[in-house]
Amino acid sequence: MTTIRALPPGSAVLRLDGLQQLIAALAVRGYEIVGPVERDGAILYDRIASTADLPAGRTDRQEPGSYRLEPRADGALFAYAVGPHSWKRYLHRPNETLFKSRRVGEELVFDPPAGPPPRTAFLGVRPCELVAIFVQDRVLMEGHYVNTGYKARREATFLVVVNCGSPAATCFCTSMHTGPRATGGFDIALTELLADGRQEFLAEPGTDGGAALLAYLPTRPATEADWQAALAVTAQAVASIGRRMPPGNEIKAALQSNPEHARWDDVARRCLACANCTLVCPTCFCTTVEDRSDLDGQGAARVRRWDSCFTRDFSYVHGGAVRTQTRSRFRQWMTHKLAHWWDQFGTSGCVGCGRCIAWCPAGIDITVEAAAFTEGQNHGIT
Amino acid sequence: MDPYVPLPYRVLATRKDTPDVVTLDLAPVGDSIPEPQPGQFTMLYVFGVGEAPISVSGAPVDGNPLVQTVRAVGAVSNAITRLRPGQEIGVRGPYGTAWPVESATGHDILFVAGGLGLAPLRPAIRHVLSNRDRYGRVSLLYGTRGPEDMLYRDELAEWRRMLDVEIEVTVDHADRTWRGTVGVVTKLIPRADFDPERTTAMVCGPEVMMRFSVLALQVAGLPFERTFLSLERAMKCGLGLCGRCQFGAHFVCQEGAVISYDRIAHIFTVREI
Ligand SMILES: Cc1cc2nc3c(=O)[nH]c(=O)nc-3n(C[C@H](O)[C@H](O)[C@H](O)COP(=O)(O)OP(=O)(O)OC[C@H]3O[C@@H](n4cnc5c(N)ncnc54)[C@H](O)[C@@H]3O)c2cc1C
Ligand code: SF4
Ligand code: SF4
Ligand code: FES
Repeated sequence: MTTIRALPPGSAVLRLDGLQQLIAALAVRGYEIVGPVERDGAILYDRIASTADLPAGRTDRQEPGSYRLEPRADGALFAYAVGPHSWKRYLHRPNETLFKSRRVGEELVFDPPAGPPPRTAFLGVRPCELVAIFVQDRVLMEGHYVNTGYKARREATFLVVVNCGSPAATCFCTSMHTGPRATGGFDIALTELLADGRQEFLAEPGTDGGAALLAYLPTRPATEADWQAALAVTAQAVASIGRRMPPGNEIKAALQSNPEHARWDDVARRCLACANCTLVCPTCFCTTVEDRSDLDGQGAARVRRWDSCFTRDFSYVHGGAVRTQTRSRFRQWMTHKLAHWWDQFGTSGCVGCGRCIAWCPAGIDITVEAAAFTEGQNHGIT
Repeated sequence: MDPYVPLPYRVLATRKDTPDVVTLDLAPVGDSIPEPQPGQFTMLYVFGVGEAPISVSGAPVDGNPLVQTVRAVGAVSNAITRLRPGQEIGVRGPYGTAWPVESATGHDILFVAGGLGLAPLRPAIRHVLSNRDRYGRVSLLYGTRGPEDMLYRDELAEWRRMLDVEIEVTVDHADRTWRGTVGVVTKLIPRADFDPERTTAMVCGPEVMMRFSVLALQVAGLPFERTFLSLERAMKCGLGLCGRCQFGAHFVCQEGAVISYDRIAHIFTVREI
């Protein structure tokens, strides 16, 4: 990731009341605001109305197979990484009606899906998550055919990034070049400045809309010292990230040439095929479709919902599933993410958010599994 | 328009090809789908039941209807085969790649069909036969379980009457009336008359049948780039959006179903890929 060295033009500093006004200003402009909230012992993404809804003084402790919230002495609002939710639940919805159909005599009538979606502002998008949104953009709205519901929602989205100050032990954005500081593609990016007892936010505009909104808020222009403080937050975050994914080209080659590697058998003995990894992953996009009929038999609906390559149904063709074993389903998941995705979409399907590591009940770590394939392949790169 | 929303089509006629296979003639109620190329498929939607990918077995050109041939195996396909003339069905598409009928110009053509695999090949066969002078020797090798499972009998008889086409039909299990060959269709490949230096093969049938066909074609000296298969994978969209049809790095609904063997040879025999 290229680090921006100079203070981005138009940057400003907000205090807590400024952040509150940012939320209020978005609401006035007709946005529903979704941000991090503490619920059921985790940070989730849900509707928020004010800064009071944000998880103050909380941090997360994540390890393979575990996620736990802990208190922090300061009132930091964004001192955690990512939880089990990702923004995909608001863009690529878990359930979505594709169309309704009606029977009028022998005639079939199709009613297309609902009208334009509400405008939604995401507050607290992490840099890796921003990249995940771009990855899903590639898949769902930049190919030959478009997921029109996704596109409509995406175009009605305002993105407020919060750069990371407290990565979790499961994070590996640095080796995926996706964080911990966002360099573009957002409307506004915030960095929470907490050193020396202060609580302020450096705000960088990324779009005209972001700049216009900032201009409307009570702020002061950012100084070089503020900028250095923000860069220090990033430097500290970078230093705290210990996990690392091997280089993308190495993994791609290793996975695509080793569909019968012994490691697939090894991981299959640990994997429960529970599909948690695909559900928490911000880039996994696979879906199935269900048909629902009205009780009177005159109306029906087709509903698309999230699916996972870990289910047996996923590969079902008449006569049976293609991938009957956990081994072949795990192989599909990891090979797709880390290898085929490059061929299909020109990027990795992994952004290094670490969710699949923390939410795997067996503690399977995608960076360790990937390294098992690249180690001993010796490409002369360390 | 949302690409998931079908267009209403009316069933004009149905023909029972075999006890569990029905061919439907369809016509648009209003707007029609773009003209399908040989080898492409549509998604057929039955009200309240669901959708299934079904190959086009006859293109709606020159006043002809859209023709699709369906074997009843599960909920959706059973519902399709039970439709009566006058009823309506949802159609979207066409999707996927086409048989290489253009790039095969000047070549000997070898069609190898197993069972229902004759349905997706039918538009390519008809194209080749109606442009007969543009191709070299033309052979169709067709295998079915038994004589009663043969599709398009009348048309096969018509094709047989054409002198410049070699038609070989074989059955796995013969009854007393059967006068033809018995055995798997791949056994016919070594006996077929084609010049491997200038032949395009188009193969469609169950996956095991295609595996053996590819081997037999390889032995006969046909290069992988001129061996074309039509793959079957789970499909929930046909649009490259649901992820279900992935086969290695390929989305079968986009880069297939028709694909040249050189692009998949490295994974075609990997189990459960
Ligand atoms: C490109 C392409 C072209 C095709 N062309 C033709 C053609 O020309 N003619 C033709 O007849 N067929 C064709 N097929 C096959 C056809 O699409 C299937 O036979 C059809 O989808 C079966 O649907 P169904 O609902 O009748 O049956 P089912 O096989 O029962 O299932 C449909 C879906 O229901 C679910 N399901 C049902 N039962 C189970 C179970 N036991 N376990 C798990 N999941 C289950 C699965 O998700 C499955 O995808 C083609 C397939 C493809 C991919
Ligand atoms: S594969 Fe795991 S680490 Fe990578 S983006 Fe998905 S959930 Fe995050
Ligand atoms: S195939 Fe599996 S890994 Fe790939 S996007 Fe679909 S669910 Fe995710
Ligand atoms: S059928 Fe949905 S991606 Fe191919």
